[in-house]
Amino acid sequence: MLLTDGSESSIKSFLKTLSPVDQVGAEARAAMLATRSIKTSSKLWAIDTAISMIDLTTLEGADTPGKVKALCTKAVRPDPTDNSVPHVGAVCVYNDMVKIAREHLDNNGGKEIPVAAVSTAFPSGRASLDVKKQDTEDAIANGATEIDMVIDRGAFLSGNLGKVFTEIVCIKEICGDRAHLKVILETGELVTYDNVRRASFLAMAAGADFIKTSTGKVSPAATAPVVLVMLEAVRDYFQMTGQRIGVKPAGGIRTTKDAIKQLVLVNETAGPEWLDPNLFRIGASALLNDLLMQRMKMKNGQYSGRNYVTLD
Amino acid sequence: MKFEYAPAPESTAIVDIKPEYELFIDGKFVASKSGKKFETINPANEKVLSRVTQASAADVDRAVKAATEAYRKTWSKLSGAQRGKYLFRIARILQERAREFAVLESMDNGKPIRETRDTDIPLAAAHFFYHAGWADKLDYAGLGDNPKPHGVVGQIIPWNFPMLMLAWKVAPALATGNTVVLKPAETTPLTALLFAEVCQQADLPKGVVNILTGDGLTGAAIVNHPGINKIAFTGSTEVGKIIAKSVAGTKKALTLELGGKGANIIFEDAPIDETVEGIINGIYFNQGHVCCAGSRLLVQENIKDELLEKLKRRMSLIRVGDPLDKNTDLGAINSAAQLMKIREMAESGDAEGAERWSPQCNLPEKGFWFPPTFFTGVSQAHRIAREEIFGPVLSVITFRTPSEAIEKANNTPYGLSAGIWTDKGSRILWSAQQLKAGVIWANTFNKFDPASPFGGYKESGWGREGGRHGLAAYLKGDFS
Repeated sequence: MLLTDGSESSIKSFLKTLSPVDQVGAEARAAMLATRSIKTSSKLWAIDTAISMIDLTTLEGADTPGKVKALCTKAVRPDPTDNSVPHVGAVCVYNDMVKIAREHLDNNGGKEIPVAAVSTAFPSGRASLDVKKQDTEDAIANGATEIDMVIDRGAFLSGNLGKVFTEIVCIKEICGDRAHLKVILETGELVTYDNVRRASFLAMAAGADFIKTSTGKVSPAATAPVVLVMLEAVRDYFQMTGQRIGVKPAGGIRTTKDAIKQLVLVNETAGPEWLDPNLFRIGASALLNDLLMQRMKMKNGQYSGRNYVTLD
Repeated sequence: MKFEYAPAPESTAIVDIKPEYELFIDGKFVASKSGKKFETINPANEKVLSRVTQASAADVDRAVKAATEAYRKTWSKLSGAQRGKYLFRIARILQERAREFAVLESMDNGKPIRETRDTDIPLAAAHFFYHAGWADKLDYAGLGDNPKPHGVVGQIIPWNFPMLMLAWKVAPALATGNTVVLKPAETTPLTALLFAEVCQQADLPKGVVNILTGDGLTGAAIVNHPGINKIAFTGSTEVGKIIAKSVAGTKKALTLELGGKGANIIFEDAPIDETVEGIINGIYFNQGHVCCAGSRLLVQENIKDELLEKLKRRMSLIRVGDPLDKNTDLGAINSAAQLMKIREMAESGDAEGAERWSPQCNLPEKGFWFPPTFFTGVSQAHRIAREEIFGPVLSVITFRTPSEAIEKANNTPYGLSAGIWTDKGSRILWSAQQLKAGVIWANTFNKFDPASPFGGYKESGWGREGGRHGLAAYLKGDFS
């Protein structure tokens, strides 16, 4: 079903059909779901599920091949002492590290782990469309099978929705069937939940396979109400089109408790169908070690020190 | 993949339920002259929790005498600041013992621990804090200079929010300088008896608060006792009318907080996901045992189908079961009698041609349970649109224009609460002006605050509780 023909007026009129979001109510719902008490067997299940959904990320100016390789080793075997720990969902790096990551994964038993590249002049998105296209083309040529692009928030906030839409369509075309497209909304810069909902629908209508909260460079990032609003959006989009779009919260999810709250949000908002690494990812780095420590605690009955999990 | 939530029961180790309880009169637990006892059970499993005393007319007399003595000799001699000190102390103890109260309330009432923990008990403490602050400022409450308490007040509270309703009654009464004879509901006496221990712990002067357990006969003895100067009642309209008749012609002051059939009005531009949450919170909060529940859903006809689809989806996520499980959303119906009443009302809905819908849910075998339910095809003439069900049953009615919505909302003998859902500020203000209800929520429902007066129009009651207006009910002056 075609929701919009991509023209400015058609995008605007489509987004106007969306129900508004009440800030107080959305925050209250997210806060209520945060009170769910996940214990024993369900906690263990949630920890392993969360590990398998992590996009293990390093996005620093100081990233080196050595750092990226270490990250990839960890992605394949998060806990070297326990083979029952699943591998993570993907490794997420900058464009120039894609090839290094891909090769290292392939050579170390991680063939099935995709490499995601942040793209389109991440994190600000302030570059020409040609540069953004080239950025994406490069990443895919080097072996990225997931592209995490940023939207032009300036264009969105100034009402230039056609520009935002067109950019996503262009990047999607480049991705084709070679790469999955995750569209980063940078909700911390969109600020209102109405904007989050509209941007989510805009991205989905333009061809996003995933909608992602944040770059991790702006605070606040993946707050529970923002993720709630995005999960409602993918659920409603499925009702409209029959197509399931994924959601990726990223930034600020550091503890097992945070991760479990995310899974509860998914379960009770979009529904259990989304509890799948193909439809839900968590962009994180420090989170993995906390999950591993909680997992050891559940298995052994005691907390391990931080030196019992590997740094990277 | 399926995310099952493993049982997460709150421990009951924190509560110490005695096998039997006596009456709390003049600062002590004392035996009744009648010696009669009755059982209080856990409605989630029908197990007996304890045996409490049936207070007789002679016990009521004893309690009124103790309250009168306490009023004359101690409580009326204290300054407002000194009374406030006791209220602050009680409030702090309630916070310190919050988990104990929350667990006990859940066991005796059947409501989910999530609600007692996050709503009932924190709000009860908040009422004491709020009124503690008023105790030394009554001259500035806009009720005239030096307003005077009534003396001894008789208070009869319901079973739906046992501890919270106790706080709504006791906190303003004490802050304004009255002494109290209070009767908790027959099926939910235990938190009131625990509160008696809190009064002792706070060194509240003896006789200032007296707690008598019992049934309607005890209540009648309180209402008719000549030593009582004011009656405050929360409960059914039926009993409220009997009390009003009994008090008529006496010098007793009276406030009544009675039933309701609240309209929750959904306009086409409402924020739909939050509206669905508001509908759930309006009718399935506390098993629908809420006088101000949004039990009539008035939905604009052009969004009815979409809204009901979303509502069904959301209702299927409601977790019904063990009230002490921290993930339970809907607990047990408070009593067998109430369950019978809810069933009878729902059957009248079937018989009158409305269409019933409930999600698939496995109800426990023991205890009293009713699934979250709504009826469509309901007209104003159906019993389920007119009478209070006091259970998790919603009647869905449609309207075409804003004025039709208001007309239907007001077309009820009650007038306690209403909800308005729209993205348009002007429509909120316009609707609120037209609605004849004591409490009107906009884009939310069932939100309570001690600073906000609560009460009804028409058959929903007389007077207000909470806020500055609520103080007036416990003071004599030239303001009324």
